[in-house]
Amino acid sequence: METIEIRLENLTKVFQAKNKEETLAVSDLDITIPAGKLIGLLGPSGCGKSTTLYMISGLLKPTSGKIFFGDSDVTSVPPEDRGIGLVFQNYALYPHMTVRQNIIFPLENIKMEKKEAERRVQYYADLVGIGHLLNRKPVQLSGGQQQRVAIARALVKEPRVLLLDEPLSNLDARLRLQTREEIKRIQRETGITTIFVTHDQEEAMSISDEIILMKEGVQQQKGAPQDVYDSPGNMFVAKFLGSPPINIFDGEIKDGKIMIGNANVGRVEKKKNQPVVVGIRPEGFKLSERSSFQVKVEFVETIGRDTTLIIQNPKASKDQANDIENEDMNRANTFRAIVDADEKIKPGDSIKLNVKPHKTFLFNPETGELV
Amino acid sequence: MLEEKHHFKAWLYLSPALALLLVFTFYPIFNAFYLAFLYNFDYMQRTAEGMTFTTEGINLFHNFRRTLQDDLFIRALINTLIIVFVSVPVSVIISLLLSVWLNSIKRFQGFFQTIFFLPYVTNAIAIGMAFAVIFHREYGLINMILTSVFGMEEGLNWLGRVSVDESTPAIRAWFQRYLNLPMLSLMVFITWSGLAFKIMVFLSGLQSIDKQYYDAARVDATPKSRVFRRITIPLLSPMIAYITITSFIGAFKEYTAIVGMFGIDLGPHGDANRLITIVGLVYKSLNEMDSVGAMSRAASAAIILFMMTLVLTLFNMYVSKKRVHY
Ligand SMILES: Nc1ncnc2c1ncn2[C@@H]1O[C@H](COP(=O)(O)OP(=O)(O)O)[C@@H](O)[C@H]1O
Ligand SMILES: [Mg+2]
Repeated sequence: METIEIRLENLTKVFQAKNKEETLAVSDLDITIPAGKLIGLLGPSGCGKSTTLYMISGLLKPTSGKIFFGDSDVTSVPPEDRGIGLVFQNYALYPHMTVRQNIIFPLENIKMEKKEAERRVQYYADLVGIGHLLNRKPVQLSGGQQQRVAIARALVKEPRVLLLDEPLSNLDARLRLQTREEIKRIQRETGITTIFVTHDQEEAMSISDEIILMKEGVQQQKGAPQDVYDSPGNMFVAKFLGSPPINIFDGEIKDGKIMIGNANVGRVEKKKNQPVVVGIRPEGFKLSERSSFQVKVEFVETIGRDTTLIIQNPKASKDQANDIENEDMNRANTFRAIVDADEKIKPGDSIKLNVKPHKTFLFNPETGELV
Repeated sequence: MLEEKHHFKAWLYLSPALALLLVFTFYPIFNAFYLAFLYNFDYMQRTAEGMTFTTEGINLFHNFRRTLQDDLFIRALINTLIIVFVSVPVSVIISLLLSVWLNSIKRFQGFFQTIFFLPYVTNAIAIGMAFAVIFHREYGLINMILTSVFGMEEGLNWLGRVSVDESTPAIRAWFQRYLNLPMLSLMVFITWSGLAFKIMVFLSGLQSIDKQYYDAARVDATPKSRVFRRITIPLLSPMIAYITITSFIGAFKEYTAIVGMFGIDLGPHGDANRLITIVGLVYKSLNEMDSVGAMSRAASAAIILFMMTLVLTLFNMYVSKKRVHY
């Protein structure tokens, strides 16, 4: 299979409703997707991921901008001539056809010789692990199996590009984990340039060679998952990646020191005094006697090798505590610190925390940009 | 105890509907069967010479046999079958194509939908009269088009009396008798007036098909005709089956269309009963109430119709079980 690079140039999509109201779904995307790689297109719901994917597939026409497959401009090429495989969010398997008929359908369209078509169907069905289900109808399959059929149907014509729109969103947690490994394996085996759309940061981080993070139609950051996690370009990126999410504090820079309330949690060079948003990853804390950041532990959760401390702090932002079950805590200003399970800490203990500099990020409170 | 109470309540709630069904559906059905097996029933005197199966020397199906020996019944039977097996497939196919077309256009969709739906809210007799004018020999629209556009010297006598020339070969005589111009006009009318409801059902069916199937087909370079055959038709098959079955049943009972177009003579002027159907025949039997056995023959005709409808419906359901995707 030939692999190609995909290039988006100033790609923009504006939807116009009947009442002339305009929605800017995708704004000025400039992205190069390297050949043979798996790219995760990530962002909250409604940020324009599907729109981008459908423009790449040709099902949607861009308002402006260009799309290149390799060196050729495919912007005005209809979808059937682009050589793409597309997996829809709810699979769109033809319900009245068997799995075999579904998978062979694209090959019958191009009038492929029957023997070769049958061989390919079997090959790709086996590749995705549904080779024994060829005579079933889609309703007789589980969500995970349907999803594999959809992938086989997309792969069987050996497209140059594979596009997946939230393919795991209908699966239960365990199956999702298993299937995303599967997709990674299939992508490696076929070497096909793949774009994987998801709103689940963990999913994107775990299988992508590179992630592209979008917000309100605008690209935020692109890079290897760990790089983006380690050096987020703005507050949105920092908040979107990571589970549990990054802790956010109202702080300030004072004479080269990073202050949260009266506590000094680090130093910065050559920055004028100003209020800042301090983001600290939950794993960015260390217990230390020589720290001015003294806090009282509210809750302790030990899961496996990590202990998560839930700590109240008046400067911590409220929205970080959303996943706490307790109603009272939900309203409180809390943050989370992950420490070694060997540390024996009980609720009510007063502890002192040191902060790791490379897990700390400073943002402008108004713009969310990195300081 | 509780269970019994529930049963009582259920029957109580059902009772109004059951009472109506009993009086207007079950009793007449039962009565029709009863009449069909009475021997020499005199409706005026309300007397009969017993049942056919208890009377010595009388065939169980005495009334049925006399019905089947009646030339008028045979004519009604053939007319009915022609209407059923020609008008139903034709109108199902036309309405299917029209719905797909309506569903695909973007401009004027509402306008055309209204046009196709109008016949549904218009009185059948009124439409019939309008069609009688359209097919009129001298002033009719059709003949006007035939003469002025297609250059025919003289318009066709669409609704005129049919004369059967007995010296012509049997097959041509059959066509003269049954597949004649009045029948053709009637069929156009029946087909047209049946379109509205079918289009409405098909269109709503088409609109409920997930657009993603079409996107998927497009990405896979599926030719248009194949999309229609392999995706649209199968996904619409429950509606097609429903429409086909109900249209067949409706066509077996056809009567109003003929009255609308030809009046209660059920045929062109001077050619009464040319287009009579079984229901028309049963209805006309009321005129002969005073002749002994007439009611029983009418009842047997109704039962023959019922049996034909039943058999065809069962066949339809059998086919759709195999072919329809739900
Ligand atoms: N056909 C459409 N017409 C109008 N607005 C649309 C249409 N499709 C999507 N949008 C809008 O465009 C934005 C991006 O949508 P989408 O690409 O589906 O987001 P995502 O896939 O990231 O959840 C949303 O605000 C959505 O409401
Ligand atoms: Mg989407």
